Amino acid sequence: MGNMLFFASALIALAALGVGAIRFFRGPDTLDRVVAFDVITIISISLIAIIGFIMQRSVLVDVALVYALLSFLGVIIIAKFVERGL
Amino acid sequence: MEITMIAGGIVSLFGSLFLLLGALGVVRMPDLFNRIQAGTKATTLGTMLFLAGIAIAEPSWIPKLLLLVLFIIFTNPVSSHVLARSAHHAGIRMSDRTVADHLAKAIEQRGSENLQSDGQGAAEVKLKGGER
Repeated sequence: MGNMLFFASALIALAALGVGAIRFFRGPDTLDRVVAFDVITIISISLIAIIGFIMQRSVLVDVALVYALLSFLGVIIIAKFVERGL
Repeated sequence: MEITMIAGGIVSLFGSLFLLLGALGVVRMPDLFNRIQAGTKATTLGTMLFLAGIAIAEPSWIPKLLLLVLFIIFTNPVSSHVLARSAHHAGIRMSDRTVADHLAKAIEQRGSENLQSDGQGAAEVKLKGGER
């Protein structure tokens, strides 16, 4: 029962990933794509953590932490680039 | 054991619903600035609830999950702010229903102040702009 709830929430998060990807592919502007990328990476962090929970591997939480760090840096750098060039 | 699993599952189900709503907001909102709001605030809460559900079900992971949640709380508003600032700087149009643009007003005010102070301020601003 408890595991089923976690599976259901993982599936809903996966659906959210797909919905965010619509904006990523459609987005008329660069910054629209960056916003969609931000959303996709935040959802992926949750997904990595829950995959670690379902597989009972606590290492995947560390992977999620590093992923969060890299995605944050990526968003900041792209926003800086759009603002006034590197 | 089973009860903590069910409680954690319900909490993370709520979190995943917030994630879905945030992603829907990113697709449906009319304007880049509205999209930034939808895509950052809703997903921050969603991720926090999601990880809280995992923490309820697996108490030995609490330190790592707390670190992850704190990192997201601190960095997500920063990235939202930077995105909005660079969008405003790049001159992206707002939707027709926008009623207030305080940043544009502030930039205009600062520009006129620099002009009034006998050209020195403007030169300083130019120098700073060159340094960047």
